[in-house]
Amino acid sequence: MSLQVLAPGLLTSVQDLGRTGLRRYGVGTAGALDGYSARVANLLVGNAPDTPLLEITLSGPRLRFDRPLRIALTGAQIDARHDDVELPGWRPLDLPAGGELRLGACRRGCRAYLAIHGGLGVPRLLGSASTDLRGGFGGMRGRMLAAGDLLPLAREAGPAVDTPRIPPWWIAAAPDIDLYRDALAHVLPGRDATEPADALFATSWKVSAASNRQGLRLDGPPLQSADRRERVSEPVAVGTIQLPPDGQPIILLGEAQTVGGYPRIGHVASADLPRLAQLRPGDTLHLRPTDADSAWRAACDQRARLARIALAVAQRLAART
Amino acid sequence: MTTPAIEPLGDAALLLRWGERIDPDLNRRVHVLAAALDVIRPPWLLDLVPAYATLALYLDTAAFGPAEPPLAAAERWLRARLATLADHTDDPAATPSARSIEIPVRYGGEDGPDLDAVARDSGLSPDEVVARHTAGDYHVALLGFAPGFPYLLGLDPMLALPRLATPRQRVPAGSVAIGGAQTGIYPRESPGGWRIIGRTPLVLFDPLRDPPALLAPGDRVRFVAVDDAAFATHARERR
Repeated sequence: MSLQVLAPGLLTSVQDLGRTGLRRYGVGTAGALDGYSARVANLLVGNAPDTPLLEITLSGPRLRFDRPLRIALTGAQIDARHDDVELPGWRPLDLPAGGELRLGACRRGCRAYLAIHGGLGVPRLLGSASTDLRGGFGGMRGRMLAAGDLLPLAREAGPAVDTPRIPPWWIAAAPDIDLYRDALAHVLPGRDATEPADALFATSWKVSAASNRQGLRLDGPPLQSADRRERVSEPVAVGTIQLPPDGQPIILLGEAQTVGGYPRIGHVASADLPRLAQLRPGDTLHLRPTDADSAWRAACDQRARLARIALAVAQRLAART
Repeated sequence: MTTPAIEPLGDAALLLRWGERIDPDLNRRVHVLAAALDVIRPPWLLDLVPAYATLALYLDTAAFGPAEPPLAAAERWLRARLATLADHTDDPAATPSARSIEIPVRYGGEDGPDLDAVARDSGLSPDEVVARHTAGDYHVALLGFAPGFPYLLGLDPMLALPRLATPRQRVPAGSVAIGGAQTGIYPRESPGGWRIIGRTPLVLFDPLRDPPALLAPGDRVRFVAVDDAAFATHARERR
């Protein structure tokens, strides 16, 4: 039983929640950039949150399958059809065998997640099924999906149905992934200052087309580092805001290098990273200063919302079968 | 006693800092402390990443209680141990229990397209460049840039040369190169701006191996010049 890739979409890759413990060897996290949406997608189909799924960028794949599937789509708002039936996001969908799942354009947001009951049967490498595109390993042979790929599925990937079954309930994406408002990210202080000190917060930023899974590049009035000395390479984190010599900040995302030598002018709070992953070229991003206490409270609140979603979904799925 | 400064690195990592420069003694302290912390690793410590003069600790923030931010709790844990551990890192005789690894290299020719230019710019003959490069006693300051890429300290100052003005689009896997005062090895074909003087048949990074990288931070490294036959033997022996 496998999922056949008829067309791969712009950049579709197998991801889970990423690799940990190997940064000392230069191996980054990779993984779903919007970990919130990826977790919810897996919860909706009855999977553990860390189950391998597909991350779809801006434009989706066309997929064929020969058994019934239970799937969920979260993250970006994506045009989705099973044959002629339109498929909504953020809920479990039961699809009959033999159809074609067509995922089109992301209307809002940048990255959609497609979870399938039982997960994608790709081997875990270094503790994760995530594709490390820069390192060329993990996921589907270390690369994005290509036409003709066959992704192994679990033997029981969904209940038998004759027509798509679409429940009348869904999980609200907001407040964590609110695609109807400009994104707002909270920034913890970095080691390096800008000149003037609040320059990062004094403007709204446009997301550059040069952004990718390594980093979100921002366009705006060029920033100046208060201290222009050359720096030696130091460890960085996902969310670190670097300032290269051209003055346009880069926010590091899941596939960034593990060390960097640019000034680091701040760090985005962990709870805001999922929303950052949904920014597409041309989108607006506002940055606001925050402190460690507030960042921790935001992370705890987000975790609590996920726990409530897990409970609610488990009850609904249990009542359904 | 040299106690490192503790800085937050976002809301899920701490950075210990001894300084801001490339200095073998600071780097020795980084690796000695990293090894000591590795032994007493608390369950919330996901990753311990040494660099030139800094050491990062990445935390599993979900493993902490809701009472206080994880960074504050981790910093308290660290400070309680740092006094004792810093005495240890101050001892110049303390070196991380480093492995010593020999890297066979075929220098020059197609494998080392920049060897002649390096010789010219440093006022040496190509053979002298090779002799000085293989005489070096290197250690791995950190891994980064790409999975398994080692930044090696200990390059003969005569061989320290600036990077290429225009980076190459494709540097073959295994290329041994000089960048500034450092030398390194490209684990995988990639773009690169360092000067390439040779190539090793060893596989620097293999995701199927545990650990995946041939070299670890703190390891000692020697380069050994090999001929075609020895290069081929090494290439056959690798998995």
